[in-house]
Amino acid sequence: MQPVLTRRDALTGAAGLVIGAYVAPRAALAKGPMPDAPVLPNAFLRIAPDNIVTVIVKHLEFGQGPITGLTTLVAEELGADWSQMRAEHAPANAKLYNNLSFGPMQGTGGSSAIANSYMQMRRVGAAAREMLIAAAAAEWRAPASEITLEKGVLRHGDKNAPIGAFAEQAATLPVPANPKLKDAKDFKLIGRENAVPKLDTADKTNGKALFTLDVYEPDMLTVVVAHPPRFGATPQRVDDKAARAIPGVVDVKPISTGVAVYATGMWAALKGRDALKVIWDESRAEHRSSAELIDALAAKAATPGVVAASHGNVDAALKSGGKVVEAEYRFPYLAHAPMEPRDGVMKFDGAKVQARYGSQIQTLDQMQIAKIFGIASENVAIETLLAGGSFGRRGDLGGDQLGELCEATKAISPNRWVKLIWTREDDIGGGFYRPIVVHKMRAAIDGDQIVAWSDTVASPSIGKGTAMEPMMLANGVDNTMVEGAKELPYDIPNFRCDAHIVDGGPRVLFWRSVGSTHTAFVVETFLDELLALMGKDPVEGRLAMMSRAPREAGALRAVAELAGWPRTPAQGRARGVALAKSFNSYVAQIAEVSLGRNGEPRVHKVWCAVDCGVAVNPDIIRAQMEGGIGYGLGHILYAQVRLEKGGAVERNFDAYRSLRINEMPDIEVRIVPSAEPPTGVGEPGVPPIGPAVANALAKLTGKRTYRLPIHPGVA
Amino acid sequence: MLRNLRVNGETRKVDVEDGDAPLLWVLRDELHLTGTKYGCGIAQCGACTVHIDGVPTRACSIPVSAAVDRDIVTIEGVAGPEADAVRNAWTAHDTPQCGYCQSGQIMSAIALLRDNKSPSDEDIDLAMNGNICRCATYHRIRAAIHDAAKSLGG
Repeated sequence: MQPVLTRRDALTGAAGLVIGAYVAPRAALAKGPMPDAPVLPNAFLRIAPDNIVTVIVKHLEFGQGPITGLTTLVAEELGADWSQMRAEHAPANAKLYNNLSFGPMQGTGGSSAIANSYMQMRRVGAAAREMLIAAAAAEWRAPASEITLEKGVLRHGDKNAPIGAFAEQAATLPVPANPKLKDAKDFKLIGRENAVPKLDTADKTNGKALFTLDVYEPDMLTVVVAHPPRFGATPQRVDDKAARAIPGVVDVKPISTGVAVYATGMWAALKGRDALKVIWDESRAEHRSSAELIDALAAKAATPGVVAASHGNVDAALKSGGKVVEAEYRFPYLAHAPMEPRDGVMKFDGAKVQARYGSQIQTLDQMQIAKIFGIASENVAIETLLAGGSFGRRGDLGGDQLGELCEATKAISPNRWVKLIWTREDDIGGGFYRPIVVHKMRAAIDGDQIVAWSDTVASPSIGKGTAMEPMMLANGVDNTMVEGAKELPYDIPNFRCDAHIVDGGPRVLFWRSVGSTHTAFVVETFLDELLALMGKDPVEGRLAMMSRAPREAGALRAVAELAGWPRTPAQGRARGVALAKSFNSYVAQIAEVSLGRNGEPRVHKVWCAVDCGVAVNPDIIRAQMEGGIGYGLGHILYAQVRLEKGGAVERNFDAYRSLRINEMPDIEVRIVPSAEPPTGVGEPGVPPIGPAVANALAKLTGKRTYRLPIHPGVA
Repeated sequence: MLRNLRVNGETRKVDVEDGDAPLLWVLRDELHLTGTKYGCGIAQCGACTVHIDGVPTRACSIPVSAAVDRDIVTIEGVAGPEADAVRNAWTAHDTPQCGYCQSGQIMSAIALLRDNKSPSDEDIDLAMNGNICRCATYHRIRAAIHDAAKSLGG
């Protein structure tokens, strides 16, 4: 039988918990600081007398695989059998469950789950292993060095016992500070094909997986919020008479972002919302179109910005008499549109908040909730649930859906469970988009060399004015505007990347692969254009410029070999190549493309090579490359959110076109062998696909792509 | 008013005043059959796919009044050789990522295989392109359907 996710309610009732009886129950969370120690197998691991091993996973599972990945790391060092492994989400607790790459903050993002957990979770498993062996050694009166633990069984001579048999004794022993880790050659699970079926697959094929939308608490009210047609408007006058007359509607309350309708179920809530008459105060609302906003970026990008990185003398090199090439790239707003729109379940008892939802950055969420309710963060308990995708959308930087959930809960408190559901229209029409961006590019070619490269970026900032500002902004540049543009893997003697933050328009947010959604497109298509002008092969031309980028070059060589580059494709098809480093992983892709009906691009096949260090779960890595390619491709081909008169035009999948199965290419993935520390795969599959397709299209049509999406409009 | 719904082989009484209420919200809010998901509300994404008299149907866009006296099957109740074959193939490929759309994907795939023992890629495109997966697990969905068909002798 497939192992399944355990439920949080198992926590309180678990009999004979071991390797430390401490598992943070909700009540304990309110009591303040937790004891900390260098290794905490008790907070991350529970071994029951029935031999079930449960890993407490500090990262949110929204499809990228951390539930399985972190459990793999523990099971490997513990010496467990995969069939005895279970997993559950950790409670919100920044001291115990912080993301080591974020500092003192619990959260999932930046493709960091495996990277920051790799040593930590291995040490948890290794410490537990040493404690179990020590307990067995005492019982069996045998030297610990002669006892083995494999596949969940302790052995010495003709004695053997399952790990559950020694779990309670082991829990009384001290936790070793520096447990011995396995040598990579002895790995049984890490990096092994077919060793580790995903823990959440079974529940996700029978309807049992519990998402936020599926939570029903006693007397819970369902809430939807009427949002203004224009960004930034607020409710001025509300006539809720007709809404309150709808059977099932319980209450109507204005909140800062709109008007909340409370009902006994979703249909009544939706009908109530439809029946509201709201007059909006639009004095501070956005009135511009996205076309106007992007024009304003282009005007800025034509002027010098704050320098993010430079070397050599670009201005002199551009004037030195070589061939100068210029281009301006424009990128639209993109919605994340995870399959499960934002939602959340919450109750306030007058002193403490209980929240149940797919929390992505638990520590920021706790702080935000605490602030709105006027309580201490310790009095906010968040139970993290499976989330139906995120792609960045559940990273809540304030003024967003979580704030609405708090306001809607507070307005009807105390002691009333509330489930706030955003409809798809609330989601796609609600802002927090991938920013609009303009890149103004200039390069100079001298002979067969690119001698100058200048990239001026203009965009709204994701981090400015948020809790993330100190992490993201430096000297007036938001790093997510220029990541992937300010450090190229290519040898170019004169280089500059500068940027303008342009405020205004709807709020913007991290979107799967963040800055690399646009920087990789610009860098890889502009470079391709320059190489073509010089008559160079796209693969060989790149490799010749990559003396300082061995891992990028390795990924590029691997994908070229996989695709049989420079093999000529069938008549009517062309191939394009692109590569990008993002989140310290290196991905190169080759796309084979033709033109279908109405000139619509058809991507037949994508070859992908990824170097993400040690490959912990090879099949999850492949799945993330496949998914990243599909996600990137759908947006680069079809998607945009336009604004007219300050409101979103596209609000559901009838207009915001998503990739569908008939548009998904065949995909072949090669994982580049590596002994480097593991890096992420949730995002790095996205950046290369757009430029690879655009470069193929340029070969087919002779035209370069400077405006996204490539093929706007509905199917 | 009380209405009788035949869901997963059982007759269930639901108290729903408004006959226009979409079957989706009746299944979820009244019967707590939560495997059937909301994704768009306008029959564009397929996350709410159920079988009504054997036909894959978007539960967000059929009023409850039109589902009375018909056989409704949800992900919780779907069974038979095609259902087993699809679930086994989905598991073998570790198809789901976030998993939210997968109930709908699986209901569409089961209906396809009941109709067509040996679907071509084009048949799969036609049967499955009403089901959006934002994680883009399409590559494995296609492979899993081919494998399920093979296991059924198709």
